Amino acid sequence: MGNPLMATLTTPSELAQRRPVFRAGGRFDRLVPILTVVLAILVLWYVFAVILNAPGEIDRAERVGHPLSFTQTITATMDARRPVLPAPHQVVAELWKTTVATPVTSKRSLIYHAGVTLSSTLLGFALGTALGILLAIGIVHSKALDKSLMPWIITSQTIPIIALAPMVIVVLNAIDITGLLPKALISMYLAFFPVAVGMVKGLRSPEIMHLDLMHTYSASRAQTFWKLRGPSAVPFLFTSMKVAIAIALVGAIVAELPTGAVAGLGARLLAGSYYGQTVQIWSALIMASICAALLVVIVDAVGKVVTRRMGVQP
Amino acid sequence: MNVGILVAALAFWIAAWAVNIALLRARPEGGALARVIDLVVPLLFGAALLALWEGLVRGFDVPPVLLPPPSMIWERIVTSTGTLWADFRQTFLKAVLAGFALGCGSGFLVAILVDRVGFLRRGMLPVANLMAALPIVGVAPIMVMWFGFDWQSKAAVVLVMTFFPMLVNTVAGLEVAGRMERDLMDTYASGYWQALLKLRLPAAMPFVFNALKINSTLALIGAIVAEFFGTPIVGMGFRISTEVGRMNIDMVWAEIFVAALAGSAFYGVLALIERGVTFWHPSYRR
Repeated sequence: MGNPLMATLTTPSELAQRRPVFRAGGRFDRLVPILTVVLAILVLWYVFAVILNAPGEIDRAERVGHPLSFTQTITATMDARRPVLPAPHQVVAELWKTTVATPVTSKRSLIYHAGVTLSSTLLGFALGTALGILLAIGIVHSKALDKSLMPWIITSQTIPIIALAPMVIVVLNAIDITGLLPKALISMYLAFFPVAVGMVKGLRSPEIMHLDLMHTYSASRAQTFWKLRGPSAVPFLFTSMKVAIAIALVGAIVAELPTGAVAGLGARLLAGSYYGQTVQIWSALIMASICAALLVVIVDAVGKVVTRRMGVQP
Repeated sequence: MNVGILVAALAFWIAAWAVNIALLRARPEGGALARVIDLVVPLLFGAALLALWEGLVRGFDVPPVLLPPPSMIWERIVTSTGTLWADFRQTFLKAVLAGFALGCGSGFLVAILVDRVGFLRRGMLPVANLMAALPIVGVAPIMVMWFGFDWQSKAAVVLVMTFFPMLVNTVAGLEVAGRMERDLMDTYASGYWQALLKLRLPAAMPFVFNALKINSTLALIGAIVAEFFGTPIVGMGFRISTEVGRMNIDMVWAEIFVAALAGSAFYGVLALIERGVTFWHPSYRR
């Protein structure tokens, strides 16, 4: 682009592209906006905590006969016992109290509850992934299965599967299947869709040329599968596994609601809503979010390692 | 055990499978006949599945409390249309539609704002991407506490659930308009709004509809799950959780049938509108 004539031909957007946006310290450039947004959310949270909690606190103080001054009102909203919206530090304090300050074996430990939910999430995720892969292999190799099953798999994604959860749990309880398995089945049911759809796409992703090459080697179907289709489906598999594990967690949480389960993050949500313990609800919600984020990050990391090992250029 | 029914169901299943394979062998490439076959095959498969269900349940004398046969569910649907309609109106027509419209609408508007301000885009997108992966259904108890038992709290849950997918997808969609097209708009001396309305928004439509379609399922899930946390005595989620408690499993299946029908119809309508709006997209070109 040293030619001055070329410069006149440069379009505005090309100029914009050449503007050095990511100089040294690009990581810093990326972090500042994210941190700003997170900070803004926290500030808004505090503002709303004050606005939403103030009426209740003022009311309570007046009933006792000690009207609050403005600053007293603000401090009261920061530390309400049953806040409409707990302030962030209250949630953090509750999280600290129930994770670090409580032994893991205790029924009040959030780690214990998260563990209960995570175990059924992971079991359901494993089962769902296996089922999804098997279905995808069947669909790719059998035209009859493809034409008859695939439309139903797609249709079933438009159905609110979660509506099945209470029934599955209660019915399985009735025939003495309790504990981990019913919840895991719900997770499995949710998790297998994205895996099946993603794997079908992945197993079909090799180019015709490569398939023809396998054909000229007179490779059997199994050989083509292990040496070409399977490896090229792996990136698709991990992408859909990230979706699958997130909704497997949702499935496990929802599966804990209908029977009034005694343990698990869903049970904490339900108990919190019965007894009006907003801080408990929020801490369970934050815990669930941390779990979801961790699970997705782990699957992503494993996917990156595996695909790099298999020779995919980053 | 009733062997006759079992054998009949299995025979129907095998016959349907054989017919399907024969149909697929005879299927020409393209043309009207191929399309008819593509429609008949999954329908026949579904019918065979129902027949197998009916046959297994009746053949092995499975108690209806565990799994009612399809014929019994259908009977229940026909005899309790009044209740089903009331639940549908409460959950779908009020909570889902209101929440869906508000969530998708606000997600769309915020996306345009975020797209306009580069700083916001760099800050909001990672956060929104994270939020889209979180179990947002969990806000249901909070919303029920804030907005009461009626449909407003369910609409609020739906709003929160549908907001982030819409935001993320629309922002991604607004970036797809190519450099050439944008430069062309520049040479026409078109302003930001003209380029937005005439080029970038139309180009973003496939992404917007993708979000709408994802959200159509999420919205139903959100509304039904939120009803598990408290409702007036009407609504699909309420009916499911109470009838499960009373072991009226056929009513639960009837409710699931309505939910499935509503979900598929909602999705279908969106897909039809998409076809009309994004007729230029390669996936619809013949």
